[in-house]
Amino acid sequence: MRRKKIPTWFVLIFPALVILAAVVLVPLLFSLYSSFTPYKLTRPDTLFKWIGTFNYQKAINSAVFWAAFGRTVLLLTIALNLEMLLGLGLALLVSRVTRGQRALRTLMMFPMMFSPILVGFQFKFIFNDNVGLVNNALQSLGLTNEAIPWLVDKNLAMFSIIFAEMWSSTSVFAILILAGLFAIPQDPLEAAKVDGCTPWQTFRHITLPFLMPFIYIALAIRSLDVARAYDIVQIMTNGGPARRTELLWTLIGRTGYVDAKMGYANAMGYISIVMAIFFTIFFFRKLNAARSELGMAG
Amino acid sequence: MALDLNFQHRVKARLISIAHTVTLFIAMSIICIPGLWIVLNSFRPTVDIMAKPPVWIPRDLNLDNYYAMFGGAGEGGVPVLQYFTNSLIISVTSTLIALLIGMAGGYAFARYRFKGKNAIFIGLLLTRAVPGVALSLPLFIVMAKTGLIDTHIGLIMVYVAMNVPFTIWLIDGFFRQIPPDLAEAAEIDGCTRWQAFWKVEFPVAKAGVASAGIFAFLTSWNEYALASQLTRSTFSKTMPVGLRDFTSEFTINWGGMCALAVLMIIPALVLTFLVQKHLIAGLTFGGVKG
Repeated sequence: MRRKKIPTWFVLIFPALVILAAVVLVPLLFSLYSSFTPYKLTRPDTLFKWIGTFNYQKAINSAVFWAAFGRTVLLLTIALNLEMLLGLGLALLVSRVTRGQRALRTLMMFPMMFSPILVGFQFKFIFNDNVGLVNNALQSLGLTNEAIPWLVDKNLAMFSIIFAEMWSSTSVFAILILAGLFAIPQDPLEAAKVDGCTPWQTFRHITLPFLMPFIYIALAIRSLDVARAYDIVQIMTNGGPARRTELLWTLIGRTGYVDAKMGYANAMGYISIVMAIFFTIFFFRKLNAARSELGMAG
Repeated sequence: MALDLNFQHRVKARLISIAHTVTLFIAMSIICIPGLWIVLNSFRPTVDIMAKPPVWIPRDLNLDNYYAMFGGAGEGGVPVLQYFTNSLIISVTSTLIALLIGMAGGYAFARYRFKGKNAIFIGLLLTRAVPGVALSLPLFIVMAKTGLIDTHIGLIMVYVAMNVPFTIWLIDGFFRQIPPDLAEAAEIDGCTRWQAFWKVEFPVAKAGVASAGIFAFLTSWNEYALASQLTRSTFSKTMPVGLRDFTSEFTINWGGMCALAVLMIIPALVLTFLVQKHLIAGLTFGGVKG
């Protein structure tokens, strides 16, 4: 058989490339260009004025931007680490259950079905200072008489947001790690028992290394859509009050749509894209390293 | 002495077991209560939700919030049915297209060797990492210029693009689990490559394709950041965007919102139950052995 001009693999991946180019690549190139202009939605002619890196300099010199940037990195670091630890804990707890484990696993998937915006509204309701579940419970138990301003106070608001984010994503970690726990070969575990390892030693030197690829898969999947936290924050506080919970994403949204400063918003958007890509590549590299340690590299 | 030691050991094991149960119970409560709270409140009148001191034991549960929601023009007046239809059309169409494109792509990555394969693969996945807000700004401008804003087609295209990378990743993992010999044997028996794919490989990978489909559906069904900017009117608004209709400047209609929330969760719940087993297998094996 003679080879055709266009190889089959190219025909097969061509549609994927086209749609991604149309919806992601072209708009991103456009936004890269507009980040070098003073583009305002209300004045279309500003799109053709080249101002170089002015927008980027403005962002770098802006205290508001760095505060939002720092807060975003802090939120991601705290949330991802806690989710991983709690997910690991939850998986270990569930794996010890002998009866009704299937039911527990199903219950664990419950938060995964909630749209992030729904999680936002749900916790806005629960942490409401007047009619919220948390304050009502605390008051009924007689622990406090005041209405605690969960979403207004700076630290409490960050806590509430992190809590909501963790509620929605811890189970992703738990479920993937649980799948890892089931896949562990039993021989090394039994050998360790015979050799007199303590449970902690067994966990530290056998279980954990084996689980690492699963943990990194979870981290990689989560890092792909970690910006979904935007939905939660936008609904719960929208960066307020007085920018106390402002994240990079809410800042970008407000600058672009409310202030109509598209050029500046796109410049900040690019900084957040670079950050997201950095996180993703970081976790995928870790995933590959963990895989090859286990001899699973493909 | 030996008996004493034995006893001690048993007490210790018993204590650990109790601590385990208690911790598990607390963890499961935290997972379940927020969601159940929403479901419960969708059946309660606003007076009870806002009551001070709070009403703990549910009384007067009714379907008023649901009647109001579907009643349309009456009180509330959120066109929920229209939003539901929009969501359904957009999610189902974009899922089907994403699956077709993803199956072709996933098969190519699993079965063919070509130059720059890894680079293309990573490039595809990275498009998924672009935050929705950052992407929504240029998309908003481009779609406004091309007239795709506030249409079903516009949102469908966006969701296809959002779902294709992940679909390819999952389906690639599933096709890799199928030995290539299987299709080769079919070809030797006289099938064309196309026939071999549909008759031999596809049935084996069907579970993986199904779970990728559910994933894509849920992503589209729940997406908010892009939809909130690319839809303007009742003609194309999806349910996550519609949730905001229950908020006005100073008050939020919690009861009505909870009812819409329940309507959003039900399809997600059913679908997730249907495929949960394949879902886990797809994510982990696609990832570990990929």
